[in-house]
Amino acid sequence: MAALQTLARRCSTSILKRHFSVSSPVAAQMTVRDALNTAMNEEMKRDESVFLLGEEVAEYDGAYKVSRGLWRKYGDKRVMDTPITEMGFAGIAVGSAMAGLKPICEFMTFNFSMQAIDQVINSAAKTYYMSAGKQTVPIVFRGPNGAAAGVAAQHSQCFAAWYGHCPGLKVVSPYSSEDAKGLLKSAIRDPNPVVCMENELMYGTAFEMSDEAMSEEFLVPIGKAKIEREGTHCTLVSHSKSVGLCLEAAQILEKENIFCEVINLRTIRPMDEETLINSVKKTNHLVTVEGGWPQFGVGAEIVAKVMESDAFDYLDAPVYRVTGADIPMPYAATLERATLPGTQDVVLTVKKSLHIQ
Amino acid sequence: MLSCAARLVRAQIQSKPTACWVVAARGYADIVDEATFTTSEYALHKLDEGPSQTVTVTRDDALKYYRQMQTIRRMETAAGNLYKSKVIRGFCHLYSGQEACAVGMEAALTPNDHVITAYRAHGWTYTRGVPPVNILAELTGRKSGVAKGKGGSMHMYGHNFYGGNGIVGAQVPLGAGIALALKYKGSNDVCVALYGDGAANQGQVFETYNIAKLWDLPCIFVCENNGYGMGTAVERASASTEYYTRGDYVPGLRADGMDVLAVREATRFAAEWCRSGKGPMILEVATYRYSGHSMSDPGTSYRPREEIQEMRKTRDPITGLRERLISVNLATAEEMKQIDLDVRAEIDKAVEQAKADPELPVEEMYNDIFVDEPPFKVRGTNPFMYGMSK
Repeated sequence: MAALQTLARRCSTSILKRHFSVSSPVAAQMTVRDALNTAMNEEMKRDESVFLLGEEVAEYDGAYKVSRGLWRKYGDKRVMDTPITEMGFAGIAVGSAMAGLKPICEFMTFNFSMQAIDQVINSAAKTYYMSAGKQTVPIVFRGPNGAAAGVAAQHSQCFAAWYGHCPGLKVVSPYSSEDAKGLLKSAIRDPNPVVCMENELMYGTAFEMSDEAMSEEFLVPIGKAKIEREGTHCTLVSHSKSVGLCLEAAQILEKENIFCEVINLRTIRPMDEETLINSVKKTNHLVTVEGGWPQFGVGAEIVAKVMESDAFDYLDAPVYRVTGADIPMPYAATLERATLPGTQDVVLTVKKSLHIQ
Repeated sequence: MLSCAARLVRAQIQSKPTACWVVAARGYADIVDEATFTTSEYALHKLDEGPSQTVTVTRDDALKYYRQMQTIRRMETAAGNLYKSKVIRGFCHLYSGQEACAVGMEAALTPNDHVITAYRAHGWTYTRGVPPVNILAELTGRKSGVAKGKGGSMHMYGHNFYGGNGIVGAQVPLGAGIALALKYKGSNDVCVALYGDGAANQGQVFETYNIAKLWDLPCIFVCENNGYGMGTAVERASASTEYYTRGDYVPGLRADGMDVLAVREATRFAAEWCRSGKGPMILEVATYRYSGHSMSDPGTSYRPREEIQEMRKTRDPITGLRERLISVNLATAEEMKQIDLDVRAEIDKAVEQAKADPELPVEEMYNDIFVDEPPFKVRGTNPFMYGMSK
């Protein structure tokens, strides 16, 4: 019986796993990995010019299994394994976009994108401007960004600030499965170069997906933040995995009757200033939370934006940043844990902002 | 005392190309429709046979090539003068001396083929179809420039022409990517990706050779070897200066880049190779630039003036073609002189317009950040200044 069940599972071509949740009879659950996979599958089905290239994306099903099944379905023409030559294959991807295709260029992690960063910035991001609108570059660069678990300094950097710095580039950073699916689909359809920074530790996390989110036409707009949780006392703004951290901290603080508003940026560039500013005007307190380094980081940019906006007059405390520690990532577990922000960091900083304790 | 580079160019020319046959002669003093010449030998790498040394050219084509090369020469000279009078700023890399490469290659390609090159791009921008006035106006930064003045010397784009690229070597993988798109779409067209002897040592070039060969991409990698990477002669930069062999498993050939007909024949050969699905090929063209690397380099601190003069006197591509045409009655000296005058007049007029046209209004600097985007605010140089990007 068990063997038959296993066989049935293996024969199934469905990528979706539907579980009925207790609360609603039609809600579905989907991991971030499956959401990204679904996004790529749907967009490749919809548009012949969309293709995926990167290391191990085809026959290996993806280093983190994000592209599982795509090569089997679409073949060598649409899913291409590349040699370990980031600068070369990123440049080739950009060139193919210039000539009218819609490549999804995967970096196994964004750490390796540093080898190709010239192609991302100088060949992709700036070209539409330099050509005064003659030459478009409809490319998506995607892959896991930021810290994983125990992979040490060279494999743990967050590139949100680096890519977010450059005009001509759109930069998205999904948190939930809905974010992942909707943002990646939007990125693929966007005729501009988009960097989509995922998070390896989130790939296996399942989120509820609404019916709308499950549809093939579901898109999350680039440039719009999402208020994950409404609150009145303090605004927490974050992106990627750290959004989860903020939600946890908000739950802890709620027990002490402190109600935080949690904003999921979703897009690093262009950043949704309006949502941020409206929230700060409401709560008068702002704490930014990210996994990346503090200096010149996403939080630093948010602080600057708020200082220069009319939200400044609404602040009852300085804007504070919760970030990764300002050190290369150590390997030892205790040290790694201490390098990344935890709920206690967020809780402490919110309380400081509110002049509590 | 001549540098090894110049020696290389001269060594490849075992014999000066001679006229050996006149076809369809009507009379001793009459102009003919067609003529055949012999080029110098091609060096081959992993190829059993190469392009033909016997090249035939029609009168119409010959005059077209002459006019095109002369146009590039005059345009580049004008650009040099505009730079010296500070109307052109920043970078300006002149193509003077290398005209036979762009014109010869273009002669074997079609407008449906694709081309990408590095920063010494003005000549290519012209052969790809952009009028000289729009090239010069781009150099002077005016809104009638091919990129409205927003790109400058190194960032001019055209139909199936992807610039104009400022980062040495970056255009090579881009070119292979364009070839990938051509193959993906089932097209019969090829992409020509050009780079210099300096860029030939870039790691990304080898990464590109690898993928292009693995995936059989229809890409012709062209090394315009002018003997110098900025101020560094090729022997001081490259452990191997046989650039047509540097692709190892990629077949290659070297042709005389000062002979427009040799370049055309070599390109024809390479294009046929790529179009037939055999994968990439490397074409090295041995050429020479009269000017320095750019306008900020006089070009005489690392090579003797005699070398430059010698090249001008004995190997100039335009003079070479003129002599050939006259020697076999494909054209008369008078009609070629007329072409010279016509080209001069055209370029002079273009220069005047390039000097007179206005720049883009400042508000437009915020445009062309994103395509298909509703207008959005873009920050200016102080917190109270914003532009609208349209």
